[in-house]
Amino acid sequence: MTMSSIGAIGQIRNQVMWNRLLAVVEEQAHIMMRTAFSTTVREAGDLSAGIFDVKGRMLAQAVTGTPGHVNSMAESVSHFLAKFPAETMKPGDHYITNDPWLGTGHLHDLVVVTPAFLDGRIVALFANTAHMIDVGGRGLGTDARSVYEEGIYIPIVKCFDQGVANETFFDFMRAASRMPMELVGDIYSLCTCNEAGARRLLDMMRDFDLDNLDPLANYIFDSTLKATLDEIAKLPKGRFEGEINSDGYETALSLRAVLTIGEGEVSVSFEGTSGPSRFAINVPAAYTRAYSGYGLKIVIAPDVPNNWASLLPFKTLLPQSCILNAQHPAPVGCRHIVGHFLPDLIMNCLALAVPETVLAEGAACLWNPPLRGGYEVSGEPTADKPVVEDFDLITMNSGGMGARPTSDGLSATAFPSGVRTTSVEAQEAVSPIVFWRKELRPDSAGPGRFRGGFGQVIEIGTKGDLEFACNAIFDRVSFAPKGRHGGGAALSGRVSLKSGRNLPSKGYQVIPDRDRLVLELPGGGGMGAPSERATQLVAKDLTNELISRETARAVYKVAIDARGAVDVAGTLAMRECVELVKGKRHG
Amino acid sequence: MDARLSVDIGGTFTDLALEFEGQRVTAKTLTVPANPEEGVMNGVHEILELAGLAPCDISLLVHGTTLITNALIERRGAKTALVTTRGFRDVLETGAESRYDQYDLNIQLPEPLVPRALRLPVEERIDRDGNILLDLNVEDVLALVPKLKAEGVEAVAIGTLHSYRNPAHELAIHAILSEALPEIAFSLSSQVSPQMREWERFSTTVANAYVQPIMRRYLRKLESRLKDIGLDAPVLMMLSGGSLCTIDTACDFPIRLVESGPAGGAIFAAEIARQCGCKDVLSFDMGGTTAKICLIDGFEPHHSRDFEVARVGRFKKGSGLPVRVPVIEMVEIGAGGGSIAQIDRMGRIQIGPKSAASDPGPICYGRGGTQATVTDANLTLGRYEPSTFAGGRIALDQKGAEAGLERDIGSAMKVDGRMAALGVIEMVDENMSNAARVHAIESGTSYEGRTLIAFGGGGPVHAYRVAEKLGIGRILIPTGAGVGSAIGFLRAPVGYEVFRSLYQRLDALDLRAVNELFVDMESEANAVVYRASFGARIERKRQAFMRYTGQGHEIALSLPDRPLVEADIERLRQDYTDAYARAYDRTVPGSAIEIVNFSITVAVSQEILESRLLRAERGNRATPASVRAVTDTHNSSLANWSIYDRADLKPSDWLSGPAIIAEVETSTLVGPEWTARINEHSYIELERKMA
Repeated sequence: MTMSSIGAIGQIRNQVMWNRLLAVVEEQAHIMMRTAFSTTVREAGDLSAGIFDVKGRMLAQAVTGTPGHVNSMAESVSHFLAKFPAETMKPGDHYITNDPWLGTGHLHDLVVVTPAFLDGRIVALFANTAHMIDVGGRGLGTDARSVYEEGIYIPIVKCFDQGVANETFFDFMRAASRMPMELVGDIYSLCTCNEAGARRLLDMMRDFDLDNLDPLANYIFDSTLKATLDEIAKLPKGRFEGEINSDGYETALSLRAVLTIGEGEVSVSFEGTSGPSRFAINVPAAYTRAYSGYGLKIVIAPDVPNNWASLLPFKTLLPQSCILNAQHPAPVGCRHIVGHFLPDLIMNCLALAVPETVLAEGAACLWNPPLRGGYEVSGEPTADKPVVEDFDLITMNSGGMGARPTSDGLSATAFPSGVRTTSVEAQEAVSPIVFWRKELRPDSAGPGRFRGGFGQVIEIGTKGDLEFACNAIFDRVSFAPKGRHGGGAALSGRVSLKSGRNLPSKGYQVIPDRDRLVLELPGGGGMGAPSERATQLVAKDLTNELISRETARAVYKVAIDARGAVDVAGTLAMRECVELVKGKRHG
Repeated sequence: MDARLSVDIGGTFTDLALEFEGQRVTAKTLTVPANPEEGVMNGVHEILELAGLAPCDISLLVHGTTLITNALIERRGAKTALVTTRGFRDVLETGAESRYDQYDLNIQLPEPLVPRALRLPVEERIDRDGNILLDLNVEDVLALVPKLKAEGVEAVAIGTLHSYRNPAHELAIHAILSEALPEIAFSLSSQVSPQMREWERFSTTVANAYVQPIMRRYLRKLESRLKDIGLDAPVLMMLSGGSLCTIDTACDFPIRLVESGPAGGAIFAAEIARQCGCKDVLSFDMGGTTAKICLIDGFEPHHSRDFEVARVGRFKKGSGLPVRVPVIEMVEIGAGGGSIAQIDRMGRIQIGPKSAASDPGPICYGRGGTQATVTDANLTLGRYEPSTFAGGRIALDQKGAEAGLERDIGSAMKVDGRMAALGVIEMVDENMSNAARVHAIESGTSYEGRTLIAFGGGGPVHAYRVAEKLGIGRILIPTGAGVGSAIGFLRAPVGYEVFRSLYQRLDALDLRAVNELFVDMESEANAVVYRASFGARIERKRQAFMRYTGQGHEIALSLPDRPLVEADIERLRQDYTDAYARAYDRTVPGSAIEIVNFSITVAVSQEILESRLLRAERGNRATPASVRAVTDTHNSSLANWSIYDRADLKPSDWLSGPAIIAEVETSTLVGPEWTARINEHSYIELERKMA
């Protein structure tokens, strides 16, 4: 056999093993979703799973999951190793934390790490993270003044010690949560899925006759790094600035970024960004890196798998006093609100470097209000004031995605988050909530050659329209998503009572008896001039009652006849008029 | 005479199988997409002639078709409207509100089958317990009549919230509209798929409505064409769940036929498993574009109620239209003979999901294909006998294949065409075994210790290596694999499954409610089955779908075939904990258990055929027809493999790998670590040599 064929076989073998590793972490994620108790995990997919080498470097990660977890979990494992060095770990151990600074940014996310042993030697670590519905405290919301108010704080500890459940730990968990069975059940689920991953890894190592993963790790890291650097080399070098605004809580926020594309690296500095908030919208650094990294990666190197090396060339520079670099004990419960703006902010910078590959601004943060009713909101019922049955529910909803370079933005679709919504019927089955409306919001999309996605309107009450509460964790009420390259802005969001009064976009709100909560979610911004949009697409949106006749005429410059068909001559006249004006301006 | 004929209409070919007096005749004819009944009639004439039978000799015709799937993929269905609860007009469009690929900004989602303009809201509301919160506004419904007429709507789906719990409003809407519009076909979500979760239920109902008119037209035409030639035997239709129903049922619920072809393939494999006494089986059907993998336990393929049709994102989960009907569960991945191999950004070999299919096909077909495929790699490694490939009808371009592999794969990896081919085959085998692994996990079971039953053009070629990767030591290669689905149709029982949501806590089980539900479900299933069972003995299978309270995934457990009594509750609890521990290695102590769905399957009892573990005798050692140089993908060594002609091998003949057993439709590879024997059914049985 020639040397080159030995090299080739080695290469092929490495590729096959890499694929196997990806199948192993996919199995791990699937088991979590099958065995999880929290709807956030099993229905919404708010989770992540991956395998790490004994130095804490992520080798592979399941594609199932959401970006905020993905990248911050990658950092988390090294913190576990700092406290419990690999050589002290034993088979059957499971380690856990929800420390926002050592995990994925708020107390609701648990991270579980499990060592894998081959013939008595530690060969890898499996980690996963998932969003719990309740960890005590105030519940998910923006009102806490410090992290101590936000729930039970789990330092890195063993929840299983050599296969034996740490019952003291589990007793604390049961006592701390409003939903003890779900919390404990989920911790079991996270451990189960790591164990399954470890078992599969050992099968693989035996199949391929491996006694350690180092050579494979090096192969994966080398190829990934090279692929990422190749993509970075295609970008124009330079310094690109961007800004985006969020409603904030006590005051509006300005998020600023300076993106520098250099030789073999892309760095983002958030210098000039607003300072920390007194409330729970601060973002720990790991979460900031996660979402700015996602914004960079999805534009620059989307098909490179996530691992330690694929994230290496992306650097984040964070000023000390900044809402994107929260310091303990700042409250961080709703760090996703500001975090979800980061990909849009990054694209505002990248639009100056690679204008043809980015999105227009979108709704950004999820509209996922935690709802609560019963004793905690209304106290004991009395003869003249009935109280709804006790419930806690978090409902996941999305506004419109920004228009894309060559197609419309997706309507009511999560971006950048990767979570799914939950069925209205399934949510009503487990709570006294009644949804009275949940459908697209006409005219909410930013117009353009490619329009943004439409937002949606949601109307929520309880059975008998009794009092309940909502933690408002919304944004884009003051600042509508902007269009790009001549595209128009979307409609901003609105939070109100059915009886009419507007509610603020942050904070605990009570919806009184005989009233309902109305959420109008923002759409996504448009791309390119609306007058360049294909007329039949305008007519289609009009027929589908997604835009008004007025929008078609005034914004898109399309004349529609009485039967709903495009009036070609009338359209031509209006659009020529636009060209004429443009020509004059340029001339 | 008892002569049973089956017809399976596929995308390219219509397959037929005819069994009479212990004989079997098969035929293949081209599908006529515009008039599928033409293709069927061509095939029927051909197979009757082959068998020497007259149309009136046929005693039963069993039929399955991809007509429905194709209509959904190609959007050739009827103009359909959806009448739904006011405020929920966009359920079909917003779906899961998520992107099925987190790292592709440009994904497209499937267009709903009903455009927004025809999603028509009416005022009404029912709550989770079936109580009416808002009465149905009859004026709203009446106002739809002129609109439906003006738009020329051909089919109407009716889907309102919580109708699986209380169908009153859907029934009322149907009553009003059907009186005014007698010529329109209606589909009610409370009848098509009475399960919680509005998106999936509405999507299923709309898909049913969308295909109903074309399915009706086609079946009526077929019936009359068959009558014209004197073939007036009863016609039964193959359901996706693996049982048979009458044409009337197929016309009412055509969406239940969506996966009839693949279901036939799975039943075919299950029948092979039963004949050979293999209790735990993984069936592996690899064709030109995809590979399908199905788990078969106790001669019964796994079942599911979750399915996605018409995926726009190349086999990506979440990119299709959800359909909730009983289906045989299988995973399909983009790995077939025509799958195109490329080098990705990381310098890795990537197989599929793009396929050169049969047109233009792989490079080696010489029909204009320019991209290297799995078939090209097989040929380059010497794994096909070129002279017998496709019965020798295609002259294979070996040089072109090797050069293509060197160019598309080898140049980036700095290896020659042969090494590139080796990489392609190793990777596609790995992908298929990974799909099997993840599928087994998703099904809450395992793959170790199973027997692999391989068919389709590529199955027997790739089986031994896939088996090695999965730690599987036994493989069966059946005969008649080219028309496996059609043969499977002839093994399917008449039967029907009814599935309903009813939420129950196990510790507060309302026995009366559950028993009443079963009476209801049983009569619905009986009505369907009695139409087609001709007085045969009937059996019932009842199941409960259970989970720990708060979990989202259920495990199916069998219930006794009688009303439940108090004492059953404790047994159910025990059965559930046992099943959970088997699947996930641990239970969750102290957690409450709940039941969310119930099902009943009523089916004609099948002849209880004896099933014994069949091991092929080791009789004569076969003599090879020739030898050829083949590259082993496991260790890359080039060695002489013996070539055998399958037609020459008789039961109890045996041979030792490395070898290739060639036949017209495929080649069976016997790896160096394997032996092959021919069993009494003439199936090839591969067994891994003891180390």
